[in-house]
Amino acid sequence: MDNTVVSTGTEGKTWGGGNKPLNSSYGKMMMWFFIVSDALTFSGFLAAYGFSRFKFIDSWPIADEVFTHIPFFHGNYPMIYVAFMTFVLIMSSVTMVLAVDAGHEMKKAKVTFYMFLTIIGGAIFVGSQAWEWATFIQGDYGAVQTKGGNILQFVNADDGHRVALRDFVVVDELKERTNHERKNGLWFQSEGTLPTYTVEEVIQGMEAHDNVLIRTQIINEEGEKTVLSRGASLKLLKDNGKAVVEGANLHVNEYGSPLFADFFFFITGFHGFHVFSGVVINIIIFFNVIIGTYERRKNYEMVEKVGLYWHFVDLVWVFVFTFFYLV
Amino acid sequence: MADHAHKLEILRGLVKFKSNTQKIWGVLVLLTIITAVEVVLGISKPDVLMGQVLGMKALNWIFIILTIAKAYYITWDFMHMRDETKSLRRVVVWTAVFLICYLIFILLQEGGYVFDVYKSGYIKNDF
Repeated sequence: MDNTVVSTGTEGKTWGGGNKPLNSSYGKMMMWFFIVSDALTFSGFLAAYGFSRFKFIDSWPIADEVFTHIPFFHGNYPMIYVAFMTFVLIMSSVTMVLAVDAGHEMKKAKVTFYMFLTIIGGAIFVGSQAWEWATFIQGDYGAVQTKGGNILQFVNADDGHRVALRDFVVVDELKERTNHERKNGLWFQSEGTLPTYTVEEVIQGMEAHDNVLIRTQIINEEGEKTVLSRGASLKLLKDNGKAVVEGANLHVNEYGSPLFADFFFFITGFHGFHVFSGVVINIIIFFNVIIGTYERRKNYEMVEKVGLYWHFVDLVWVFVFTFFYLV
Repeated sequence: MADHAHKLEILRGLVKFKSNTQKIWGVLVLLTIITAVEVVLGISKPDVLMGQVLGMKALNWIFIILTIAKAYYITWDFMHMRDETKSLRRVVVWTAVFLICYLIFILLQEGGYVFDVYKSGYIKNDF
């Protein structure tokens, strides 16, 4: 550290700020304190998620039924892709700590190589998260929202599997409702995208298909969502059905409570932003390593400091993974 | 931190490594095993573990304990907490753990209360 800190002539004097408190350099200690405060921010988010979940403990979406996709494959694979993302992030933590270790031994080539791998790992993770968001926003099966804001999903009576709206609802070609755009009617007034189907079309589709039942948000004693009988399904849909929901945004989502989507966007978004900034900082340090800044400084502590931040991002993900996808 | 004074044993001395690099790979293996166990349990959801223990499913307790174990190894070995002075360790860990436990307690307690109000009170949300 001597090469990075201006010598003040007070080294070793306790009240002169000369010696290192807790036997650690200023930069490293401040990184630790930043991490503590950031950890509290994230725990605030996760605890707020817990609050909302406890508030709707009998109707919260089941994560296994929400995150079931992996890129390039069709079918139902709960958790596999998130497990892969977790592994990528842990792996990039390993290459980071290997870079720090190589830095202690002043091996520039090795530090460069491991920093490069770390950046790649981070980029893969951020990309995966973007894909996860896109899939979540786009949705899969579609659902109907009731007047009370609850979500009604559709299942096949024969095997209990989910049924997508596109499988049993037919668009009425003669309907007159079209999306209102800025360019027509009232100037500069527009509305959000209309769903593919209307509630009336869903009701007709359901009447035409005897094997379609409604699944409510309420979790029964077996830990599964309640499926209604045919009569009750039709009645509920006709009495309370208000809007068709496809995919998710901050107001509605087809998976259940809107809060679930809000927290998903907010927590994974905030974490993803941390990963993104981590990658940017890693790139800066990577180029500093290449041009030999730390070689001249005879000290690779900067790599260690950015490494602390990077591991912290991994640490947070471990908790997000548990509380969002597992529990 | 003295640069080459890494403590090279994990699991309370059960596993000892020859070099720091070796220890890093060892910890990776440990973390991967824990994650794999979590994923397998999360997909299979064995009936034995679905019973209620202390207000939560036993399976959820296992997930939380495994997560804390993972967090411990990331902090202690990847972030080198094992090699820092005891005082720095306590400044960071005790502060965070205390405040987080407090936050969790108070918010979950409140969430459970609001649930009861919805359930037994006059607020209707099932229409």
